[in-house]
Amino acid sequence: MTRPNWLRIERREALTPWVVFSVSFAAIVAALLAAGIFFKGYGVSPVRAYGLIVSGALGNKVGLAETVRRTIPLLLCGVGLTIAFRALFWNIGAEGQLLVGAMAAAGVALFVPLPEVLRLPAMLVAGFIGGGLWALLPAFLKVKLGVNDVISTLMLNYIAAFVMQYLIQGPWKGPTARGFAYTDKFPSSAILARIPGTPIHWLTLILGVVAAVIAFIWVARTRQGFEIRVVGENPDAARYAGISQAKVILVAMLVSGGLAGLAGVGEAAGIHRMLLAPVKLSAGYGYTAIIVAWLARRNPLAVIVTSLLFGVIMAGGDVIKVTLGLPFQLVNVFNGLILFFLIGSEIFMRYKVSIVWRRS
Amino acid sequence: MVDQADAPVGVEVPAALEMHGIVKRFPGVVANDGVDLEIRKGEIHCLLGENGAGKTTLMRILYGLYQPDDGEIVLHGEPARITSPKAALAHRIGMVHQHFHLVATLSVQENIVLGLSEGTGPFLRSRATRARIERLAEEYGLQVDPAAKVWQLSVGQQQRVEILKALYRDAHILIMDEPTSVLTPQEVDSLFGTLRTLVDDGLTIIFITHKLDEVMEVSDRVTVLQKGKVVATVNTAETSKAELARLMVGREVVFRLEKRTHEHGEVVLEVSDLHASNDRGLPALRGVSFDLHESEILGVAGVSGNGQHELSEVLTGLRRATKGSAILEAKDLTGCSAREIADMGVAHVPTERIRVGTVSSMSVRENLILKSYRSPEYSRWMLLDEKAAQRNAREAMREYEISAPHDGTSAGNLSGGNIQRLVLARELCGSPRFIVAAHPTYGLDVGATEQIRQVLLDQRDNGAGILLISEDLDEIMQLSDRILVLYEGEVMGTVTCDEANIDEIGLMMAGSRREEVGL
Repeated sequence: MTRPNWLRIERREALTPWVVFSVSFAAIVAALLAAGIFFKGYGVSPVRAYGLIVSGALGNKVGLAETVRRTIPLLLCGVGLTIAFRALFWNIGAEGQLLVGAMAAAGVALFVPLPEVLRLPAMLVAGFIGGGLWALLPAFLKVKLGVNDVISTLMLNYIAAFVMQYLIQGPWKGPTARGFAYTDKFPSSAILARIPGTPIHWLTLILGVVAAVIAFIWVARTRQGFEIRVVGENPDAARYAGISQAKVILVAMLVSGGLAGLAGVGEAAGIHRMLLAPVKLSAGYGYTAIIVAWLARRNPLAVIVTSLLFGVIMAGGDVIKVTLGLPFQLVNVFNGLILFFLIGSEIFMRYKVSIVWRRS
Repeated sequence: MVDQADAPVGVEVPAALEMHGIVKRFPGVVANDGVDLEIRKGEIHCLLGENGAGKTTLMRILYGLYQPDDGEIVLHGEPARITSPKAALAHRIGMVHQHFHLVATLSVQENIVLGLSEGTGPFLRSRATRARIERLAEEYGLQVDPAAKVWQLSVGQQQRVEILKALYRDAHILIMDEPTSVLTPQEVDSLFGTLRTLVDDGLTIIFITHKLDEVMEVSDRVTVLQKGKVVATVNTAETSKAELARLMVGREVVFRLEKRTHEHGEVVLEVSDLHASNDRGLPALRGVSFDLHESEILGVAGVSGNGQHELSEVLTGLRRATKGSAILEAKDLTGCSAREIADMGVAHVPTERIRVGTVSSMSVRENLILKSYRSPEYSRWMLLDEKAAQRNAREAMREYEISAPHDGTSAGNLSGGNIQRLVLARELCGSPRFIVAAHPTYGLDVGATEQIRQVLLDQRDNGAGILLISEDLDEIMQLSDRILVLYEGEVMGTVTCDEANIDEIGLMMAGSRREEVGL
């Protein structure tokens, strides 16, 4: 097979922001087109479906609030992931770290005797530490034993989910839950306040935006951020410069897992107000956040925008379910397609592909 | 074949290849600026130029890796469009890159047929392939075992595989990109023998280099490039090294460096009975002992892989010694981390300046503070002081003549010479007492080499003790006050600069002890 001679492929010498934006945009459009086939398969016009998703997720107060609610955990997890990815640690475990954060917060909410004012702060701290420690586990395994980070972080998601399942069916099962696998409702001092009339737990939203800004400054402007970038861009140069790769990975993962843990606190204390089945607590936010961080090209500030985009998509999932009567899982298909096209589009970031019109 | 109407009067040899007015721009630079090149059939044609002169870019265009912005390529009299390496091979153009493109875990034979569709169905025609490889190998003196895995081969043997790969694809024009930079003197001789046989058989060879001796030894004609333009094309027999150097650099080159003789001071570094293992856990250093004085350059000569790399790593904290000591200012370096050693004022110019010495995706400014970013000079509390880093970068760029559009340019976009200037600027700030310089001018052009050697000599005159590790014997002879020869992790002997004799050092590099050599 020979390449047709009207196709030109050349390596790009420099990557401009314009190229990044246009290629990413084209990838998302391609994913929209491909997902259209599925809508077509269900007998729904893709144009109508996308129209409904956008108007449903952004066109009215309820939809907008739903979008923001979905954005919050994506933002917190996504910012954390950009930091791990910057240190070249492939953290696929934000989902598990989120669940552990929720469990830690629930433990504090239900079982730790504390003054009322201290309860919420203690839950946030516990969630951050819980998620962070859960993330430190694969970090240690990698640093000390060279265990593959993708596999260990992914597997720990399942372990976290099963531990949680065990807790709500066993020791933490609520006496007031009438036999269902829940914990009791959190006391009122353990519930995150919402913007009235919406499901938006605003404190967590603010934490997410602040985390994005601080993470950006941390990575771009501080000594430790410099170390993270050197380790991520060239581990050999890091070793040569005397930068400890192990230390950098541990710190990056502590923060990465900690932020996912905060997202878990938000879901437990802001939305559900109790601990319930893992699939109900998190709609796969930790996994979707991988795409969020990737689309942001590992820039914490850009996560504010990309998490909102995926918030729209997830809120659109509700529209798909309610208005069109199609399964919510279409959202997962859609997310998968976006990641697929994004990864596929990397080649267009590295190479310039153009069509040559033959001169006669 | 088309009649050679353009050929100059009196030249009967037809042009195998012509390139007319080739232009190639990259962001911020014009790599090729209207290059005309004519290669005759059956000649060895050298492309000579400094790093960044545009030699490799021009050949990458010919091999289909880049598309020119303007200009045309004429092959055997016919215009050709080469859109990919595959198209180049279809035009019977082969290329041996400076950095090989081989799959280490596959055999020689598998590497050679990789990407070809031979045989029937999914099966490789093993026996026929092997016979053909062996025939080619024999014919051109490229002995290598087709069944051997590539990782088992020496660099010289790997290069043979690359040449065989091109020959197996029936290349008639063979591009060699700096083929000698990785070879021992003996391997270079053997390579040149092969090239002559190939030319006798009617092949045409384009040989990219910046080494004047090689041009004089191997080529029929030379085209000199400077800053993306052709300066001249001359017959090798009618030129001289001095003329070529002038054409290449654009000024007269002084081949003699200024080396003042003076008394060496106190001992800076005292290494005794040093042992260390290589990456595979095999002994690489076996009882190395030596002293290094103030204001002294101690050259470490040896064929690559005889412990030089491990020695440099042990002395800079990147590798643990298994036994022995290296005392610098009453402190044993073998117990220190890389950071502690760097903080003691030890400079390290690493072997691989791109892969290890710099972070390609980060800016010149950030690369310049790769080791000093924690010092109060560049950071306040936790924050980096961008302004200080910028000032430092501007100063370093001026002092060390690092040419880059600005201090925010990625290090990876710099030429080899500029990357090395960057590394030196970073390592030599604050006048280090002990410098480990590994292959400091490897792969650099004449201008940069001369400058960097002078920088090292200046450091020596300022009192630094320098351990110079190099496979370039001329460099060792030219710079060193004393020369230490390593062979299989042992010191074969140490000779002073006055008694050094290249033949005897060669024998020691091959494993004879100094006493046996008769010095």
